[in-house]
Amino acid sequence: MTNSFNEMARAKMLMVIGSNMTEAHPVAATFVKNAVLKGAELIVVDPRRHKLAEMAALHVPIRVGSDIAFLNALMHVIIAEGWQDKRFVDSCTVDFDKLAATVMRYTPEYAADICGVPADMIRDTARRISSVQPMMLCYTLGITEHTCGTHNVMSIANLQMLLGNMGVECGGVNPLRGQNNVQGACDMGALPNVFPGYQKVTEAAAREKFQRAWGVDGLPEANGLMIPRMMEGLVDGKIRGFYIFGENLANTEPDIRKVEHELASAEFLVVQDIFLNETTRFGHVVLPAAAWSENDGTFTNSERRVNRVRTAGPPPGDARPNWWIFQQIAKRFGQEWASNSAREIWDNEVSVLAPQLCGIKYHRLEGDGLQWPCPDENHPGTCILHRDGQFTCGLGIFNPAEWTPPAEVPDDQYPLVLSTGRRLTHYHTRTQTGRCEGLNDLLGEETADISMPDARALGIADGETIRVSSRRGTVTVKARVTGEVPAGMVWMAFHFREANANWLTNAAFDNITMTAEYKACAVRIDKLTEKALG
Amino acid sequence: MAVTLTINGHAVAFRPGQTILAAAEAVGISIPTLCHLKGATPTGACRICVVEVAGARTLLPACSTPATAGMQVQTESPRVVEARRLVLELLLSSGHHNCSVPRDRDADWTDFQLTVQAEDGTDRLCPVWGDCRLQELAFRYQVDGSRFPATATIYPTEMANPLIVRDFSRCILCGRCVQACNEVQVNRAISHGYRGAHSKIVAAGDRPLADSECVFCGECVQACPVGALVEKKARYQWRPWLSEKIRTTCPYCGVGCQQWLHVQDGRIVKVTGVEEAEPNQGRLCVKGRFGYDFIYSEERLKNPLIREEDGFREASWDEALDLVANKFKQIIAESGADALAGVSCARSINEDSYNMQKLFRAVFKTNNIDHCART
Ligand code: SF4
Ligand code: SF4
Ligand code: FES
Repeated sequence: MTNSFNEMARAKMLMVIGSNMTEAHPVAATFVKNAVLKGAELIVVDPRRHKLAEMAALHVPIRVGSDIAFLNALMHVIIAEGWQDKRFVDSCTVDFDKLAATVMRYTPEYAADICGVPADMIRDTARRISSVQPMMLCYTLGITEHTCGTHNVMSIANLQMLLGNMGVECGGVNPLRGQNNVQGACDMGALPNVFPGYQKVTEAAAREKFQRAWGVDGLPEANGLMIPRMMEGLVDGKIRGFYIFGENLANTEPDIRKVEHELASAEFLVVQDIFLNETTRFGHVVLPAAAWSENDGTFTNSERRVNRVRTAGPPPGDARPNWWIFQQIAKRFGQEWASNSAREIWDNEVSVLAPQLCGIKYHRLEGDGLQWPCPDENHPGTCILHRDGQFTCGLGIFNPAEWTPPAEVPDDQYPLVLSTGRRLTHYHTRTQTGRCEGLNDLLGEETADISMPDARALGIADGETIRVSSRRGTVTVKARVTGEVPAGMVWMAFHFREANANWLTNAAFDNITMTAEYKACAVRIDKLTEKALG
Repeated sequence: MAVTLTINGHAVAFRPGQTILAAAEAVGISIPTLCHLKGATPTGACRICVVEVAGARTLLPACSTPATAGMQVQTESPRVVEARRLVLELLLSSGHHNCSVPRDRDADWTDFQLTVQAEDGTDRLCPVWGDCRLQELAFRYQVDGSRFPATATIYPTEMANPLIVRDFSRCILCGRCVQACNEVQVNRAISHGYRGAHSKIVAAGDRPLADSECVFCGECVQACPVGALVEKKARYQWRPWLSEKIRTTCPYCGVGCQQWLHVQDGRIVKVTGVEEAEPNQGRLCVKGRFGYDFIYSEERLKNPLIREEDGFREASWDEALDLVANKFKQIIAESGADALAGVSCARSINEDSYNMQKLFRAVFKTNNIDHCART
């Protein structure tokens, strides 16, 4: 996020796109709702009429995967009407002409066909978001989990720069992070192309810096593989040793059958976790780890805030902190790592090596933590990025994108779109929430959410067990007939092994980030015949 | 020039629009409140915060009366104290307030306790003993509930959901939960229902919470100043004098809410939001508030496991780590470091991810390290 959560409650105009906040980021949603109660205007852009849409001044139900067409059309209208922030565009950005040329084609009428919403609704949206400055824009995986995810994100940045909503309070581009520490895992360099603090592994100076710090030589120069490529490598033998730490890939990755084939092909698989799960079934060694509240450390939230995690009690049995396990393996390769606690790792290594984190030390994290960038120990941290139109590379660059459809679109055989996400009560594959007293009672099984028109057409009653199939698999699951879902869509989550949406999802990826297209694939639904039931 | 009013003889500066309560609190003068919920519209429902203002005919609620220049306020005058005692005595005379406060000088104490025990289904004292605004104020003003005849409890306790117990007998109808639900979390699940002696906080036409719009965020529980709303899992487990409060960060989504872990004997028995902390201002969701006990599951992994022909067997750390290291060394020797790959965890602490990427880069010498950044 370029901005901070507390600004949501003070915003005057909010646009939430591809984010079912009330379920996936409930507390963030409360701030948005507070703003609405105080008179702010909220626009929700989402195929589903989810809870937050009820509070919106306008709900724009665009089709799954039509985001770029929609955003480009908004910018088309804004430029045509001259509603852009000319001062910001002139002084803080480059390549406006490129943007204008690309969005020229995206008239509201043209986009209306792609998005499935009236052209006037697109014009209305453009008018509303241009009439109040700043507008705070929030999005989640509805934007990123597409084959065009990177282009979606670029289009959102284009819109906010065009409106001059960058670098100001209650504005900005605000992706809400799914997991508690996705931000932190990226910051720490758990990525194939960067060291901690986003220093590129391909740059000699960065490698030298880390070689000196770590007392090693020969750090690898080429970018490594991203998860989907690693998994493919298991099958063709390029990857022989695979180490999975804390992710239940067998349920979370698209196309479970394919994933399980890949995991089963692993020559040597190490899984480090707190429970046995669907992924440990394929492990050759399983290492028991300490969980949240069983050791000290830090998390970094979506607004770049580094906050403390503290110990409440010891881990069970012989389970150990994850950092300790890695340190012990290094030792067996002849490397003695001096840092012997999370605090030492952070204070003596992380915050020394990552320029954005230099000013963040454990002794400064007793209260509300600190938001990076925080370059020195007197720095108060940064709530808002790009203040006064200052971008990392100088000026903000417009990167226009063309709309492309999802990799798999409905056809005669699979006439519906499956979109997936999360539900309030559970978290991912439920290895944790499924073991919390009470949470399973609130939501004990998966459902396939379908629209009333589709239910009527197929004669499906609410609560009836149906079959949902894609080219990759089939699940039987209870139908939940709801007004939240538009006709032509099936919506499911991946909290339960049985009827997990990932039996159906498509392993198609964004070229740049390798994010999977969880939000769109083609499926069909069928009533169960008596025979199938028996 | 700052505008001032006088509180208990001291000149106190205030900002226009501030209430008497806010002006007093800013300089550390405490005025008791029950129904007042910070950040929500004052309702003036409980009248415990009344103060004496020179020239005013009646006592005025400090939580909803704006401070004005030159106002002369007394916060603990005899009239004020008398009014507060009356409010407290009325509240204590109805409901299951079975801390030692309400009727300890009264002959029917035993009968009262026995009735409460029967209706509570336990012989333990009120689940929020020691963490109750009403109990605290009863001590402060030295009152009990014996002055008025006890009124019977008309609504049974609702146990019909797995997370929140609604004990109407202990409810003082202050309405803080209604504000927490409607103004803070804006879930609009509960409201004031019925009238007079039948007043009750209701969900969706007086249905159980589980059949309403309630999302079990528990904001109402955190707002409840007495023992009317309590966490089912913590009820009769958590005792404030036995527990230690440890601040931490929620392990679920990317909001990163700040939590108090209430820990007894090394075990988390309840979780609450840290008031006035960034980013959550005391708020939590159902996962943050109630999703902590997975760590105590019997199914936790407690030993390293090594696969054999017929499944896993337990192993020592040395054996397991030697096996991992030797196998990885062999693969590196035979196929190069890029034949190894690792996936880090986006749920675990920064320091774990740091060490894992360091292991892959500095030790194995490959950049094949990634995490589920994208799901
Ligand atoms: S738990 Fe949350 S949603 Fe339910 S009644 Fe309480 S405040 Fe409202
Ligand atoms: S309490 Fe809920 S909203 Fe807050 S961080 Fe945890 S999961 Fe997210
Ligand atoms: S606190 Fe002021 S009337 Fe209740």
